[in-house]
Amino acid sequence: MSFLRKLFGSKKQDEPAPVAPAAPPHAEKVASGSSRAQVGWVSDVGKQRTTNEDSVLVVQASQEGNNALPPFTLLILADGMGGHQSGEVVSALAARSMARHIVQQVYLSALAHRDHGAQQPSIQETLVEGSNLANSTVNATVPGGGTTLVCALLLGSRAYLSNVGDSRAYLVASNGLQQISRDHSLVDRLVELGQLTAEEAASHPQKNVLYRAIGQSGVLEVDTFVHSIQPGEGLLLCSDGLWGMMSDEQMGQIIAAAASPQAACEALAVAANQAGGRDNISIVLVQFPDSS
Amino acid sequence: MGKSSLLKRLGEPDDAQPGQDGPQEQERDLSTQQIGKPAAPPQPALETRRVNVAQPPLRVEGRLAEGATLQGRYRVLGVIGAGGMSTVYKAQDLHFPRVQRICAIKDMINTATDPAIREMVVQNFEREASLLATLSHPAIPQVYDYFTDGDRSYLVMEFVHGQDLETVLEETDGFLPEPRVVDWAIQICEVLIHLHNHKPNPIIFRDMKPSNVMLDAQNRLRLVDFGIAKVFQSGQKGTMIGTEGYSPPEQYRGIAEPRGDIYALGASLHHLLSKQDPRLEPPFSFHERPIYKSNPLVSAELQEIVNRALEYDMNQRFGSAEEMKRALLGLRSARTSGRTIPGTMEDSQIGDQRAIWQFACEDEVRSSPAVHGGVLYVGAYDNNLYALNAEDGKFKWKYPADGGIASSPCVGEGKVFFGSEDQVLYALNADSGRLVWTCPTKGRIYSSPQVEFGHVFIGSDDHHLYAINTASGRVAWKFEAEGAIRSRPAVGSDAIYFGDDSGALSAIGVNGQLLWRFRARRAVISSPLLSNDMLFLGSQDWHVYALDLRSGWAIWRYRTGGPVVSSPAVDGSTLFIGSSDGEVYALDVTNGYLVWRFKTEDQVASSPAVYDGAVYVGSADGFLYSLNAKTGQLRWKFQTNGPIISSPAVADGIVYVGSMDHNVYAFPA
Repeated sequence: MSFLRKLFGSKKQDEPAPVAPAAPPHAEKVASGSSRAQVGWVSDVGKQRTTNEDSVLVVQASQEGNNALPPFTLLILADGMGGHQSGEVVSALAARSMARHIVQQVYLSALAHRDHGAQQPSIQETLVEGSNLANSTVNATVPGGGTTLVCALLLGSRAYLSNVGDSRAYLVASNGLQQISRDHSLVDRLVELGQLTAEEAASHPQKNVLYRAIGQSGVLEVDTFVHSIQPGEGLLLCSDGLWGMMSDEQMGQIIAAAASPQAACEALAVAANQAGGRDNISIVLVQFPDSS
Repeated sequence: MGKSSLLKRLGEPDDAQPGQDGPQEQERDLSTQQIGKPAAPPQPALETRRVNVAQPPLRVEGRLAEGATLQGRYRVLGVIGAGGMSTVYKAQDLHFPRVQRICAIKDMINTATDPAIREMVVQNFEREASLLATLSHPAIPQVYDYFTDGDRSYLVMEFVHGQDLETVLEETDGFLPEPRVVDWAIQICEVLIHLHNHKPNPIIFRDMKPSNVMLDAQNRLRLVDFGIAKVFQSGQKGTMIGTEGYSPPEQYRGIAEPRGDIYALGASLHHLLSKQDPRLEPPFSFHERPIYKSNPLVSAELQEIVNRALEYDMNQRFGSAEEMKRALLGLRSARTSGRTIPGTMEDSQIGDQRAIWQFACEDEVRSSPAVHGGVLYVGAYDNNLYALNAEDGKFKWKYPADGGIASSPCVGEGKVFFGSEDQVLYALNADSGRLVWTCPTKGRIYSSPQVEFGHVFIGSDDHHLYAINTASGRVAWKFEAEGAIRSRPAVGSDAIYFGDDSGALSAIGVNGQLLWRFRARRAVISSPLLSNDMLFLGSQDWHVYALDLRSGWAIWRYRTGGPVVSSPAVDGSTLFIGSSDGEVYALDVTNGYLVWRFKTEDQVASSPAVYDGAVYVGSADGFLYSLNAKTGQLRWKFQTNGPIISSPAVADGIVYVGSMDHNVYAFPA
């Protein structure tokens, strides 16, 4: 259906589209679930740990029909910190708090009202609020616990991302992976500045020190990003159990060779385990349909 | 997961250290030793140690009781500060019975259980004490005495009156004046010169930060904490201790040398000038947070000095504290050092600007000029639309409407279009000024026309948006809005976007059907701008919004200090807009973060224009401002004799603007 018609609306889908002389023509498309973004995911304990302290949460919603809402896809990945508090409890709690807030504020609110307005926070604010909610929930429920939290909200062709910690978000483009998020890790910062080599960083005593994490007290700074996604592109979220075991290039090759997002996630987990599987491996991959 | 949070680690037991179960367990952090300040707030630090504090009789909860006497000589008067491995007390020296000799006593706890390590800790302490005792500099407190008693070591020092710079900064409203900070920087360079030239080995202070610098009533500084000062030996791997936030990156490679103190001084100056605490920011992110973004009053020259001190690569920094001092002395603000003057930009720094030409209309010019084919078109409240030669301002023709013209003209298809308070949209021959057609509406027209697709789009106070055929002047369709339409519609590839006085921003298809609507809390007079698949607008509800062009979802919003009437301009990844709070804002288009802002003396209703790295904007204070688009620094300003509501237009290296003093001005851009 034409965009104009879809939003403003003829009464039935099978009516001919009204003539729109000045508007660029839109191809008629059959509405079906196959046109939505495809999601794959994996969360694996790895080779050397006994528990999986990562959490993955995916929500997808689509509507077809008169004045339909844009497709909604929410991806959340959290990597809990070990030690005295159970990381898996903290990461799951953070992921759920974040998901609840975004679904309520964005999707449930859009189901209720078609007009958008200033009485609602912007999407960027909603992501920051969700991360803060996860932070305060963790502080109140599991004091001393900590987790990373990376989130991607896809609405139509735009991706809204937020990040705290060193789990990563990548844009999967035809020419490979581009990291969108920035790790909040001290050692990475030093490598970035040329103060440490990658080898020095790997053995640095502070290599696992994050300078930002969910669960910290005080003000939580949340990074946010907005990206336009082209047809055929994808987004990858992963914990350091994946990106710490192989290069971005290797990850990109495995994704490009896979038949589906789910197959890609599974192949990535196998490769990370083959490389040693030092940590829990969590991966979420969403692939947008090619334009028709 | 083998992962730990820096912040979290501070609050947790360290498994590597025995003896954690004592009742008075306290956590201490070597890097936060302070004098003259109550217990420091928790700070991210790289090394933390946890200790058991024994409780000798003269102590209460691990601290020396008030009135307790040490060595039969020093009577404790109270705690000055605590942090790290030490507590600092104010005490009276009883050997001077006739006068009140006040001193500061630093109390260090030896927590090591291994006798060899205990001995090493005592030796470290005594080395620090004897090193300090050999130093003689007015900015270094004198050491009177030191001794060890059981698991405690004590350093007796000159008592320094005053406040530390962190406290001074916290208690300052607004920003510290540049000359004052420059004066401090010079003083700190002087004491660093003394330390770095110490023989036989340089002394590296290693913990330069505002809280370690005391300011007395005479505006003199003292470095108060040598807790981790180490005798410098080239190539030696040092213990990695330091307050994260100020310490140089090479410290994490175990390197300590004089240029590390220069970095930390740069970091301290950045904090003092920007009021951004580096302990709350990502490590080594100073270059990503230029000072001008938070404090536009700081001179570019001082920022350059701070940036050089903060180079990641030691070799790119000043080679010595002497070199940095020389650079500081070269600053204009160094000449006013020591005097407290308001931190305002000096007028002499601002270049004069003279108009190329000016043209007097018979009444106020609120309309924004449009320049096309070497001709400038502008409306005035004297009811005329003027056509002037853009190059020299010579009068070509004028066309009288029956009402004032606030609407800004638009040129297309050989015609100039404009609305008037007489409710009529006019189309004139752009060359001759002869009337081609008129199109009446039922309300006054303050909206400005936009020409696309062979149609003129314009709003009216009759609540309608009109699409009018440019050739015939016939209304193709009209769309009823919920309020008067005063903004200029924006035309996209398949929709038209406009705001109205009800606060609605409507997206309608080219055939006049509603696509979506976004509701601001107050009227939208600001004209929407389309860029990067986003729509930007301002509202009288004080906000600037970025909406998704397809759906109308708010991507981000930014709150200014007043209603936003000004319309946005985008250049690259930066959006510029004015607000009634008197500020001109530069925001990052992708996330709405503030890049810089510039304060004028009155409301900014004029919309910015960007040209060749400069932003031009008028203000109700009567000035036309030219600002550096990257930094927001003033390039020049020109004062007219009336408020400027009109938005500047730039063409062929000339910037044009109208003023309520009845004139139209032209300046070199």
